Amino acid sequence: MPSTDDLKQRIEAAIPGARADVLDLTGGGDHFRATVIAPDFAELSRIEQHRRVYAVFGPEIGGPIHALSLETRAE
Amino acid sequence: MSDNPVRDAITDAIRDHEILLFMKGTPEQPMCGFSARTSAALETLGAEYAAVDVLPDPRIRAELSTISNWPTIPQLFVRGELVGGCDIVTEMYESGELAAALGVKAPSDAPEQAPVAAEPGAPPLTIENNLVDRR
Repeated sequence: MPSTDDLKQRIEAAIPGARADVLDLTGGGDHFRATVIAPDFAELSRIEQHRRVYAVFGPEIGGPIHALSLETRAE
Repeated sequence: MSDNPVRDAITDAIRDHEILLFMKGTPEQPMCGFSARTSAALETLGAEYAAVDVLPDPRIRAELSTISNWPTIPQLFVRGELVGGCDIVTEMYESGELAAALGVKAPSDAPEQAPVAAEPGAPPLTIENNLVDRR
């Protein structure tokens, strides 16, 4: 079962300069909310920013990570 | 037509409906909080939209995510373009961008924060599960 620290570390490792705060919304280890701030996002639309974060987890989204709610911004 | 009728039905639906929401359940009976919140945002703004329930056949969700390059449900399309899922729709509701994108004027009594669930009201057009063969 993924933990908030796992998700945070994987997002920050995959997206250069990213800072991520991850909450477990239900305490069940499958519904998360992440706030991700990354300089690279400045050039991306909101949709592309979210796609970038979802891409870190690939098919795990909808699988072990049942839901990942996102707030993304460049700074 | 390709040899993938589910994919064809999805692309046709996206093309044929100006505002189209793929969701879990229906606007009247959403089966997921994120879907409920997204349809509630549309209803609160008085947008006319069509809705597709992805739950009856797992192929709908799989094909949709391939088409849209978006892994989660709900997904809101406006004039053929993916606008986003629940988070983006909620942010856009609260910033006023959603009403502009939908081409509607927010009612004067619309709450500033996106509602969590729709007020009972006139049901929107719902595409019955005609995307797939009934079995």
